[in-house]
Amino acid sequence: MLRLLPLLLLFVMSFNASAAVGETQQSVLPALVEQLPNTKLNKMALLIEQIAATSTPQVSDILQPLMDGDLYYLKANKRVVSVFKNQQKQYELTDVLTAEVLPAVSKSAIKKVRTNNRLRGQIRDLLANLDLTNADADTRIAALKQLLDNPNQAGLSAVNKLIKSEKDDDARELMSVILLLDQLETGTISEKLSAAKQLGDRLEPTVKNALVKELDRFSTESTSNDSTSTDNDSSSAEAKELKTVLTNAIDSIEQQASVFSLAENLFFGLSLGSVLLLAAIGLAITFGVMGVINMAHGEMMMLGAYTTYVIQQTFPNLIEYSLLMAVPAAFLVSGFVGVLIERGVIRFLKGRPLETLLATFGISLILQQLVRSVFSPLNRQVEAPQWMSGSLEINPILSLTYNRLYIILFALMVFFSLLMILKNSSLGLHVRAVSQNRDMARALSVKSSWVDAITFGLGSGIAGVAGVALSQLTNVGPNLGQAYIIDSFLVVVFGGVGNLWGTLVAAMTMGTFNKILEPSMGPVLANIIVLVSLVLFIQKRPKGLFPQKGRAAE
Amino acid sequence: MKLKKLIVASSIVATGLMTNFAYAADSIKVGVLHSLSGTMAISETTLKDTVLMMIEDQNAKGGLLGKKLEPVVVDPASNWPLFAEKGRELLAKDKVDVIFGSWTSVSRKSVLPVLEELNGLMFYPVQYEGEESSKNVFYTGAAPNQQAIPAVDYLINDIGAERFVLLGTDYVYPRTTNKILEAYLMAQGVKSEDIMINYTPFGHSDWQNIVADVKRFGSEGKQTAVISTVNGDANIPFYKELGNQGISAEDIPVIAFSVGEEELSGFDAKPLVGHLAAWNYFQSVETEENEAFIAQWKKYIGDDKRVTNDPMEATYIGFKMWVKAVEKAGTTDVDAVEQAMIGIAIPNLTGGIAVMNPNHHLSKPVLIGEIQEDGQFEVVWETPDTVIGDAWSDFLPSSKNLVSDWTAPIKCGNFDVTTAKCSGQQF
Repeated sequence: MLRLLPLLLLFVMSFNASAAVGETQQSVLPALVEQLPNTKLNKMALLIEQIAATSTPQVSDILQPLMDGDLYYLKANKRVVSVFKNQQKQYELTDVLTAEVLPAVSKSAIKKVRTNNRLRGQIRDLLANLDLTNADADTRIAALKQLLDNPNQAGLSAVNKLIKSEKDDDARELMSVILLLDQLETGTISEKLSAAKQLGDRLEPTVKNALVKELDRFSTESTSNDSTSTDNDSSSAEAKELKTVLTNAIDSIEQQASVFSLAENLFFGLSLGSVLLLAAIGLAITFGVMGVINMAHGEMMMLGAYTTYVIQQTFPNLIEYSLLMAVPAAFLVSGFVGVLIERGVIRFLKGRPLETLLATFGISLILQQLVRSVFSPLNRQVEAPQWMSGSLEINPILSLTYNRLYIILFALMVFFSLLMILKNSSLGLHVRAVSQNRDMARALSVKSSWVDAITFGLGSGIAGVAGVALSQLTNVGPNLGQAYIIDSFLVVVFGGVGNLWGTLVAAMTMGTFNKILEPSMGPVLANIIVLVSLVLFIQKRPKGLFPQKGRAAE
Repeated sequence: MKLKKLIVASSIVATGLMTNFAYAADSIKVGVLHSLSGTMAISETTLKDTVLMMIEDQNAKGGLLGKKLEPVVVDPASNWPLFAEKGRELLAKDKVDVIFGSWTSVSRKSVLPVLEELNGLMFYPVQYEGEESSKNVFYTGAAPNQQAIPAVDYLINDIGAERFVLLGTDYVYPRTTNKILEAYLMAQGVKSEDIMINYTPFGHSDWQNIVADVKRFGSEGKQTAVISTVNGDANIPFYKELGNQGISAEDIPVIAFSVGEEELSGFDAKPLVGHLAAWNYFQSVETEENEAFIAQWKKYIGDDKRVTNDPMEATYIGFKMWVKAVEKAGTTDVDAVEQAMIGIAIPNLTGGIAVMNPNHHLSKPVLIGEIQEDGQFEVVWETPDTVIGDAWSDFLPSSKNLVSDWTAPIKCGNFDVTTAKCSGQQF
């Protein structure tokens, strides 16, 4: 609460006297900035307030980098600078007071001005208040959201003035919510009543909390009033109405929240399902269509993930495009390794599933150890491009994360392109022919051994592509593949061996089922239940959801 | 550098193979029982290298009691029962004088009966859940009161947290630690509806629901903090999800007990900036001892980018203490060294002095650091003094009357102060 006073001060300054900044304020700033390097963390809050209170134009030049962790000082002369790390790993310096650009230095010449979460929160509030008058509407909205969550007097009075001149609809709406919340907390009963009525359809958690708080305070007051019962009738009727309005508003908010939380769970389920789909879809070809039990399938994904890593290391300036480049590269790398495995091992073990299983398991161990020796046993760092981070905000309580959203789309894309390949290309025709009746196909001059190798390469290549997606979700390390191999087999078996549509439906069902169970029983139990139900299902229908029918099934 | 590494590595392999035949009478054998393959290899390989570095250093100084130190490295492969087997092999066949080893609590519990049966001596360098004190083990990592409890104090006093989410991986360390923390939070007046507990399997990678739950739990108007005992790999997807769902360290800070410099070195730390960790050591602490240690480590491992972490410091302190105790006792005999260990003092890498207490736990400072963009920690809070490790938590009803004291006359790992009895069962 201590920070309200300087905030108020700041606002008085910035609104009434922003043009004529006092000489004194201008002159105390250097002295305050000078203290930054030597101030202990517990004294920093006061110093930051003092700096903000000078309300000189440099305030945001100092506070913004301080919040972002870009404010440093030169070890040599304690000059406070904001830094920018350039491509050559040199630090470019700008003096925060004079905006003078200083020669770039290495890390050892400078030291960071320390902050902590609390201070960053404080600065964020201060800067948000400054941003309320920003020319950019999005910046204003962000500032208003900050104010909504951390209301303060200075901000409120600013909003009161600004609301009439605000042109952006979203911003104006947020402003009115902020003012209504204030009205709800401090107004008279009738003011509260109208505020509560208008707030009933807002989904912001802050609004609900304010309503609940008001209701709580209200019921404790009314119980204490009951004993004295000196209230006159008209106000008690109004009070009663307020109580019902509050209860209704909270109910309606909660009802909407539960709908959105269901939608959220559904999204989580689909996203888990698409990860399963990506992991299983390559296996649906090698295991489903060719009938080869490939225990090294997970390692193909791992290779795909490592390809992403190598691409990011080779082109450190193209992180934004690295995933787009990694998709074809991973397909080629994993596909090539897949062809090698097929040519080198699997073709000699045709018709001996147990030996194939053991041999491919051996290959998976070899590949893991190879990666350990080449890249080290430690996990590798794969960066997320900017467009994969953050989330799409649909409303204040429902937001979908971009990385999951893209992966759902990507999984479907991979699925349908594979379907097209199998359905419409000559390779697809050959693959289907060989898998249905090898001898007949050979008699019709299909090179079955060639088709085997290409099919295996295709399945492995798609696993590699899945690895690119997984590198955005989980750790890129030698064990990456093992985490998904069991799930992949489950999905393929559940969906029906040899049926791509089955794989799609199975993956989405398992994902959604898992995520719907998870909130109530925790991830461990949810997993167990999914597994047990799967076993029971396979008992009932050994050939999965969509068994192959007709002669091809034999 | 590479060549030297190769020679060291091959000599280790050679010594491992040759121990049966070559019996150098004038050497002291040091067993290293850390997983070099499997899931824990990520963390434990570093500790193996640390022990080997310390041995090399000691040998360069002229060895110990006039003898050379000889490492015997075995690989229990992250397989818990194998820890008991390999421990037995080290003690019975290789006749090592001391073992440095173990990371997970379950592996320690697995090797413990063997240590007690064959009267071996082991140094355990990782923070753990407490509730144990064996005559044959020295615990140089943090007990809960040297990590978890001060962390909660920090959250309550400095962050102003009123609601707590306890997230953990589903095994013994998080479960016991959370039990202690829950009891402690209740004692601090936190209501049970303000505590949310959740366990996930090892290597959990789909954190969408849990993070969404945390977000909801934290949006009810009270300052919320997450106390994470999530182990290893699972952390990175967890922090990524936090970042993607827009939860910043200012809204809901996460304080972790298992995330250190090593874990962060394989990861783009941007989404984690501002989240917290509680340890007894951070690489970023500037002391002369620490700078020397970091330089020595980088030189030994031949990689300028390698980082140091808390369990490495615990290994360092344990090793130095053992050397000092052997010198004091004049022998490597386990019983003599065990008694000589108590009271040994070694400078911490972060300043101050670590002392081995009669309960086989150390006195250490507790530090809380904020994660920086480069994967290092910035210390934001520290205890004014060192904290004595408490083997038996005062906040669990089953252990609040127990103390551990391995000096005469008690000589017991779980002495009940109310009944004045020693149950004899140390773990």
